[in-house]
Amino acid sequence: MNRYIRPGRLAVHIALILYTIIAIGPILLIVLNAFKTRRAIFADPLGFPDARTFTTIGFDQVFAKSDFGLYFINSLTITVVSLGLIVLIGAMAAWALTEYRFRGNTLISLYLAIGIMVPIRLGSVSILRMMVELNLVNTLTALILVYVAQGLPLAVLILSEFIQQIPKDLRDAARCDGVSEYRIFGSIILPLIRPAIATVAVFTMVPIWNDLWFPLILSPGDGKQTVTLGVQQFIGQYVTDWNAVLASLTLAIAPILVLYLLFSRYLVRGLTAGAVK
Amino acid sequence: MADVSIHGLAKSFGPVDILRDINLTVEDGEFVVFVGPSGCGKSTLLRIIAGLESVSAGEIRIGGRRVNELPPADRKIAMVFQSYALYPHMSVYKNMAFGLKFAKTDKAEADRRVRQAAEILKLSALLDRKPRELSGGQRQRVAIGRAIVRKPSVFLFDEPLSNLDAALRVNTRIEIAKLHQELGATMIYVTHDQVEAMTLASKIVVLNHGRIEQVGAPLDLYRRPCNVFVAGFIGSPRMNFIKGEVRGISNQSVTIGFAGAEMKVDLSGKDLAVGDMVTVGIRPEHMAEQGADAIALEGRVDAVERLGEASYVYMKLASQDDVVVRAPGEAHIAAGDLFKAYFSPRSTHVFDAEGRSLRMDVKP
Repeated sequence: MNRYIRPGRLAVHIALILYTIIAIGPILLIVLNAFKTRRAIFADPLGFPDARTFTTIGFDQVFAKSDFGLYFINSLTITVVSLGLIVLIGAMAAWALTEYRFRGNTLISLYLAIGIMVPIRLGSVSILRMMVELNLVNTLTALILVYVAQGLPLAVLILSEFIQQIPKDLRDAARCDGVSEYRIFGSIILPLIRPAIATVAVFTMVPIWNDLWFPLILSPGDGKQTVTLGVQQFIGQYVTDWNAVLASLTLAIAPILVLYLLFSRYLVRGLTAGAVK
Repeated sequence: MADVSIHGLAKSFGPVDILRDINLTVEDGEFVVFVGPSGCGKSTLLRIIAGLESVSAGEIRIGGRRVNELPPADRKIAMVFQSYALYPHMSVYKNMAFGLKFAKTDKAEADRRVRQAAEILKLSALLDRKPRELSGGQRQRVAIGRAIVRKPSVFLFDEPLSNLDAALRVNTRIEIAKLHQELGATMIYVTHDQVEAMTLASKIVVLNHGRIEQVGAPLDLYRRPCNVFVAGFIGSPRMNFIKGEVRGISNQSVTIGFAGAEMKVDLSGKDLAVGDMVTVGIRPEHMAEQGADAIALEGRVDAVERLGEASYVYMKLASQDDVVVRAPGEAHIAAGDLFKAYFSPRSTHVFDAEGRSLRMDVKP
C-alpha cells in the first residue's frame, strides 16, 4: 500500500520528537548517572553504566546518611493531602460558582482569578509571619495550607469550565428524581468531570512535589523536610556527593511518575458522550 | 393520580415577562399538550409545574395540594427531557433505578419496577448498556422508563420527540399514546409541532407570547379557532388569510367582500359596521377545483407540491394575496396555470380587526 505522509504531519512529528528528547533527556541523564561511580559520572556523563562502572553506592549513601524514608513520606503526605483538598474544595467551589446565582458570585470569581495572576511567593514574608504566629512553622500543615491556596484558583477555573459543559438537563433530571444537591454533586457532577480532575491533579501535583521554596522557609527542620529539601544536604559548599544527589533525585521521580500514570488514565475526553444528543 | 390546577400564574425574568395570567386546569388522567411557537413560554410553564423554575405570582396545585414551595421530588411528577438527560456514566438499569434509591423504595420493589418498565418499553435486553451505546430511540425509551418507575401522578414531557428522525418520531408518538392509555396517568406534553399536539392530546393549550390563546379538544381548535393566531397555528398547511371588508349587515348574516369576491356568512353583526376591516380565513383542505353553490377565487399558480395523496397548489390572486389549495394528488395543474379554487362560505372563518373570531359558536 502506498502510504503518503503529508509534509505538515511530518514536521509536526519531528517537532514533537525533538521536544520529547529535550524533555526526557535530563531525566534519563539523572537516572543513568545514579547507577554509575563518581569517576564514571565525570568521565562519561552520557554513557550507560556497564559492569565496571555500575554501582548503587549513591542509594546506599542516601539511605545511610539521611532520613530519606521520612522525607519521602513527608513529600507524599503533603502532595496527596494538598491534592485531595484542592480537588475537593475546587470542585465544590466551581460547582457553586457555576450552578447557583447568588450575591457576590462575580466578586468571588474575580478574587479567584486574581489568585492565578499573582504569584503566591510574593507573599512569602507575610506567610512566614502568619505561620509563626499560628505556631505552624516546621509542620506539614503549614505547607499543605500554602499549597492548597496556591492550587485552588487554577483548579476552580478549569473545573468551572468543565462543569459548565455538563448539560443542565442532567441536573434538572436528577432534581426531578429527588436527588439532593450534595448527591447531585457527588454522584453526577464528580464522575462526569473526572477528566478535568485528572488534568487539575497533574497540573497541581508536579509543582507541589518539586517545590523547594516553601519547605525551605516554612519547615526546614524537625524531621519535616521534603525530598527536595532533603537532597540539598548532599550539595555542599565545597563537596557535592553527586552519587547521592542523583540517587535521591531518581527516587524522587518515581512516585510522581506513578501518580501521573494513575491520573493520565482519565485524561481522556468524551466521558459525557451519550448523555444528550 | 392527580389533577393539576394553575391559578393566576405569572413568571418574569428580570423585566421580561415570560408568562402572564395563566389559568388552567388539567383533569386527572388527561393528556394535555402545550403548543406554541418557540419562545412562547410553553417549556417554562412545564418547568414551573415540575418545580425547576419558581413563579413570580400565582398558585399551582397538584392533586389539590399547593406545590409552589415544594421541590420537584415532592411534587409526584416525573419529567422526560428533550435531550433525554440520561446519566452517561450509569447503565440503563442504574439510570432507571437511580431516582428510586432516593425515594426510599426497597431494593426488591425497585428491581421489580425497573424490570417491568423495561418490559413495557422493550429495553430488557439493554439494561447493562451505557447510554452512549444506545440509539436515539432507545435513549428516549430509557428516559421514559426512568419516569415510569417513579410511579408519578403527573408525567411531564418536554419536546421528547424533537431529536428523533421522522419515522421514529411517528412510532414513538404512538408508543406514548399507548402508554397513556395503559397507565391512565395525567400527562402534560410540550411541543411546537401541531401534528403531535393534534394526535396525542385530549386537550390542547395554545400559547403565544406568554399567554394562553385557547384551550380545547384538538378538533374544537381546528373547527372553531377563537383568533387568527390559533387558526394559523392549528392545521397544516396553514390556513389562508385574506383581508376583507364588511359590505352589508342583516339580522343573521354579514356580507363580506374580499379579493374580488363577495360572500354572505352567518355571523352576528352587532359589533360590526359597514366598512369595517375583517380577515377571512379558509383552510387549504376546504377549497377544491370545483363546487356548486360555492364562491371562487381565481389566481395564477406559483408552484405545485406533490405529496402523492394530495397536491398543494400555491397561487397568487389578482389582489396579491397568496393562497394554498389542497388539490387531489393527480390534479393536472402546473406552475403558471390559471386556477380557480371553490369553497363554501360555511367553511370560512371571519376575524375582526383585532384578530378575534366573529363566529357565533366560538367560545374563547
